[in-house]
Amino acid sequence: MCALRSEEMILNVGPQHPSTHGVFRLVVTIDGEQIVDADPVVGYLHRGTEKLAEDLQYVQIIPYTDRLDYVASMLNNYALCHTVEYALDLEVPARAEYLRIIVMELQRVASHLLFLGTYLLDLGAMSPFLYAFQEREQIIMLFNEICGARLTYNYMRVGGVQWDAPPGWIEKVRDFTAQMQKKVPMYHQLVTGNEIFLNRVRGIGVISQEDGIAYAMSGINLRSTGFNWDLRKNRPYSIYDQFEWAVPVGKNGDCFDRYFIHLQEIEQSLNIVAQAVERVPDGPIIGKVPKLVRVPAGEYYRGIEGARGELGVYLVSDGKDKPYRLKLRRPSFVNLQILRKLLIGQSMANLIAILGAVDIVLGEVDA
Amino acid sequence: MFSWQATPLRPLTLLGMLIGVVVVLALVLGIVTYLIYFERKVIGWMQGRIGPNRVGPLGLLQSVADVLKLLIKEDIIPANADRALFLLAPVIAFVPSFMVLAVIPYTASHIFTANLNVGLLYYIALSSLTILGIVMAGWASNNKYSLLGGMRSAAQMISYEIPLGLSVLGVVMLAGSLNLVTIVQHQATDRFGWYIIPQIIGFVVFMIAALAELNRTPFDLPEAESELVAGYFTEYSGFRFAFFMLSEYVYVFAISALATTLFLGGWAGPFLPSWLWFAIKTSAIIFFLFWVRATMPRMRGDQLMSFAWKVLIPVALFNVVLTGALSLIG
Repeated sequence: MCALRSEEMILNVGPQHPSTHGVFRLVVTIDGEQIVDADPVVGYLHRGTEKLAEDLQYVQIIPYTDRLDYVASMLNNYALCHTVEYALDLEVPARAEYLRIIVMELQRVASHLLFLGTYLLDLGAMSPFLYAFQEREQIIMLFNEICGARLTYNYMRVGGVQWDAPPGWIEKVRDFTAQMQKKVPMYHQLVTGNEIFLNRVRGIGVISQEDGIAYAMSGINLRSTGFNWDLRKNRPYSIYDQFEWAVPVGKNGDCFDRYFIHLQEIEQSLNIVAQAVERVPDGPIIGKVPKLVRVPAGEYYRGIEGARGELGVYLVSDGKDKPYRLKLRRPSFVNLQILRKLLIGQSMANLIAILGAVDIVLGEVDA
Repeated sequence: MFSWQATPLRPLTLLGMLIGVVVVLALVLGIVTYLIYFERKVIGWMQGRIGPNRVGPLGLLQSVADVLKLLIKEDIIPANADRALFLLAPVIAFVPSFMVLAVIPYTASHIFTANLNVGLLYYIALSSLTILGIVMAGWASNNKYSLLGGMRSAAQMISYEIPLGLSVLGVVMLAGSLNLVTIVQHQATDRFGWYIIPQIIGFVVFMIAALAELNRTPFDLPEAESELVAGYFTEYSGFRFAFFMLSEYVYVFAISALATTLFLGGWAGPFLPSWLWFAIKTSAIIFFLFWVRATMPRMRGDQLMSFAWKVLIPVALFNVVLTGALSLIG
């Protein structure tokens, strides 16, 4: 067959392509419809968050973290506050911890819903996107009520949270949780059992466990390979050890597993929220924090389980009110590194299925 | 029944023909305009949205506004495009979509349509001409996405022509004619009634192949927005784009009308006038097409092809054999 030579073509996917979810560029070399090489180009959304942070007091950095993974801002808020609290060895009041858990888990649900919607939209199913956004909208409205913003919350503070829950808010969350728990089976019915969908995602973009670990992947991408690694369980922080919940783990590491774990994690997160709303104690919402936070000189690292994997904050302080260096471990960026390996040899149609399932947010990739 | 072919061509008959053509064209254009509106409304409701509701009462003038907007848009021809082919492609894609409408018997008295004795063959032959326009558009645009979209379309539409052709063969065998009017008349006297009952396999294959021919979900790969931006018409704008859109929706109408004629007894039905029966049945099939779009994800290219060749064509062939055997027995 070597007499039949076909020419390779370089196709520039993005940075303004409907399926790259923001400004991600992928230069693919294709032979017919088969991908021979793929070269991801990142940085279109780079804002220099880490450098900016060196000139800001700790409280002033919080709104910048909102803009990292902009569909899961609460978790970013927490990652920074948690590291500073850890460095200061601060006690956080119980009510604040509960409020944080509730908003963080709701945020995880919202983020996973966004993934489900856009992923299925990439695969050509239009309706789940709109259903998922209706659900997400309810969560956003709840956040709007507690902190006055729909997307960039700036809600958490070192030592607690900025606003207490308004009257009736906890009940609203309880109602929403109960209602949402009933809606998850609807997604299974509409999508999970669909033969066309299964054909598109099963056995596609398989990540082996060794690769997952070698590429330092985390979050759902790693758990889909069957590796049980969730920082909420493995390196407990906050009060996650007080709740009953499970870590969904996949088997094959393919796109279907990643999709399926997203849905299962929504259930687990709702589970945590449902338990938390029953037990929210009264009391202060912010601990005894000095007016001007000065982190003692040293190096500190705390990682939390973000919506997309291990969201770590590495803090170097020289004892001033501003960090000497702030390094963010952004899970999207780390998870993206395996993309080239996953794409080579696949068809163009699989490109979308694989890129979508790795689940990146460009605000986080480019920081 | 009135037959154009039986009358000699005189100035008066020619005038009558012209009027007929204009009426059918205007009707179809009106129908297509509201098909787009109907689709947006139906899918909107299915997705918990409202759909268009701003232009005119209930948004009824939305499609009109869209068409007007496309008309006054700048007509862009890419610098490196093959100019002649680029201009010709939308016309080639568009003209056959209207030509196939000539043989569809809308009413019992079908005064505006041709009573062609190879009507079905005419439909299938002409509708495949559209592929030419699509491939030309993909090639002439000189855009990689367009090219990929055009190639996908060609592969897909040619593959699905075969099951489409085979699936209607059972109907032809039962009716013993390729004439669409005769097929409808046969269904009125057939002991099973409408051919959807004895030809249920053929109907299912026909509907699947029709979805693929129309490039609609779950077979909308050629214009897979998330992969190929807009497929073969990525570079088209303004009214040339509208031509592609229009031909697509005319085909939605045409294939639904064909399915009505072949499988649902055409215009036949009690009490109501025949054109109304035809409209009801056609709308039901169109609604089904929209419903599928709101539900299904998109198939992948290679799966699409293997589905056509390994599943649909054998099933359609089996249907032909089964129909033959059954009509031999009794």
